[in-house]
Amino acid sequence: MSGLEEIGLEPRASAPAALLEVEDLKTHYPVRRGVTERLMRRPRRLVHAVDGISFSLARGEMVALVGESGCGKTTTAQTILRMVDPTSGAIRLNGTDTTRLSQRRLRPLRRRLQMIYQDPYESLDPRFRVRQTIEEPMLVHGIGGSRKERHDRTLEALERVELSPAELYVDRYPHELSGGQRQRVAIATSLVLDPDLLLADEPVSMLDVSVRAGVLSLLDGLRRDGNMGILMITHDLSTAAHFADRIAVMYLGRIVEHGPAKEVVRDPRHPYTRALLSVVPKRDPRDRSSPQILKGETPNPIDVPSGCRFHPRCPIAEERCTREDPRLRRPPATGDGHEVACLLA
Amino acid sequence: MSAVQEPGLTEGLSVQSHAGFLRSVLRERKAAVVGLGIIAFFVVLSVVAPLVVPYSPNAQTCAVFAPPSARHWFGCDDGGIDLLSEIMQGGRISLLIGFTATVVSMILGGGIGIVSGYFGGWVDVTFMRIVDYLLVIPDLAFAMVISEVWGPSVFHVIVVIGILEWSGTARVIRAQVMSVKERVYVKRARAVGAGNGRVIFRHILPQVGPLLIANTVLTIAVAIYLETALAFLGLEDPSTTTWGTILEHAFARAAVSAGAWWAIVPDGIAITLLIMGCFLFGQAIEDALNPRLKVAHLSIRRWTLRTLVGGAAGMGVRPLVGRGPDAI
Repeated sequence: MSGLEEIGLEPRASAPAALLEVEDLKTHYPVRRGVTERLMRRPRRLVHAVDGISFSLARGEMVALVGESGCGKTTTAQTILRMVDPTSGAIRLNGTDTTRLSQRRLRPLRRRLQMIYQDPYESLDPRFRVRQTIEEPMLVHGIGGSRKERHDRTLEALERVELSPAELYVDRYPHELSGGQRQRVAIATSLVLDPDLLLADEPVSMLDVSVRAGVLSLLDGLRRDGNMGILMITHDLSTAAHFADRIAVMYLGRIVEHGPAKEVVRDPRHPYTRALLSVVPKRDPRDRSSPQILKGETPNPIDVPSGCRFHPRCPIAEERCTREDPRLRRPPATGDGHEVACLLA
Repeated sequence: MSAVQEPGLTEGLSVQSHAGFLRSVLRERKAAVVGLGIIAFFVVLSVVAPLVVPYSPNAQTCAVFAPPSARHWFGCDDGGIDLLSEIMQGGRISLLIGFTATVVSMILGGGIGIVSGYFGGWVDVTFMRIVDYLLVIPDLAFAMVISEVWGPSVFHVIVVIGILEWSGTARVIRAQVMSVKERVYVKRARAVGAGNGRVIFRHILPQVGPLLIANTVLTIAVAIYLETALAFLGLEDPSTTTWGTILEHAFARAAVSAGAWWAIVPDGIAITLLIMGCFLFGQAIEDALNPRLKVAHLSIRRWTLRTLVGGAAGMGVRPLVGRGPDAI
């Protein structure tokens, strides 16, 4: 790995169009109103699941989206996948704007974009053998013509995710596999179409600690030699720091800090990132730096706090934080590409 | 890590194949075996009836209301026709009506249930309002009116029962589809780009299949019951021999006051047995699909809770509510 890649967001010489560009993406869900509320003409209220985020992702790059439960990480992935329709903003995949494409027009593009789900116990059809699961994407997209060719591709995908000998696995049912094996099958299913972009939604959080590292380094290897971009959603900052090139920390539907992974971890500028980092277990048991526990709960994304949305829980909030909504900007004395949405940073 | 194996991690519902599921139901539930046996007995009997009936079911072969004897096991009816032959012949038509009406209602109910649950929205609202109407209409009264208006005929009875019985199935299937379509693997298939047809037929239908089978079997029972009732009330073509018309004839010709119990009882037992068989089998499948039914305090049945169906032997659970000896 060259030094440039380590920084992540370096302007490349021939600056190819980013694989994925997300621009001011918003996804709001309407809250269902009851009959009385409708009669009383109460305004339609919205859940601001994703509330204006922008980032980009290049080939061969891994970006980690980090945040608490309910901060909009998964909705972001679902929106990029267009399983949920965005309210506004733009998503560009390989330069093609997919934000408003109809599902029909989107279908051929889905080949380029695959998702790995959190729970491998749920994401494989229990009635499908491994072979059927892996072949399905090929059948959907009409590739891998003959049965023989599909079979070869299936075996190849299994070998790629280090399930070998592949013949041993193709005819198994999901319940005959361990959690780690299932997740590998799920990854093989995503790989069989040779996608450009992988969305990995907490790919290891349901796995035993002992197999996590294996699955993560598998993903890491894929983007290095597969020339694939990976958007990894996680709530584990240490994982993100280790594998990702860049980290984007999300809070309540917004990215609050964003930058090269090493920098974000070594020199966090947003108080929220600092709080997240302070609770990561230390390697040295004698390290007595006190974890900084945030007070209160994540606010309801229906009624987003005024000003900086983090101010009710922020340990250093000032009066103006309740009024001014900070934009992402580069704080003084930070490296290239490091951006923070905090008035005090 | 790939050598790690986790033994026995089978969830109750994620059975590999339908054949395997049916086999496990039959292995673990005596009621299912009995039920299936009864159904099979009557089906086989109906198929071979023309070959094995001892006498013609249409011609007079003995005295009017002759009691059961060695030559006429079930005695004779008001026309001097051998009742055993008549019941065997009648079973053919009764089963035919029951099965055909059930197929009609399953296609309607299953199809509408899947479409309704899968697509949701106004499609769902429209279909479910129709279902609401059908569910509150008293079956028998409605069937009587329709048969009366359209005139008595086997075909009409099939159509009437078919129209009446799909609504309950549609409700059950719809609910199941709504839950299955939210499963992650269904979402994954859609994210991969699979169309509605593929998702429905490859992922959803197999999951609701067993439920559809259970419902089919239960509907057969209701259909046969309805057919009998309609025939008994004289709303079926009187020239066809079915279990219902046999009862109706016996009743109309005062078999009871003549003391000829044999004109009613064997026929009634045949109807009861078949309906019971369908219920035993259908309920067994339903229970296997929903293990929670066993421990619910609202369950009418008394269950001793020893092992979970599909689970390893000895994997007993202590229910919070229930009636078994293990219940707290």
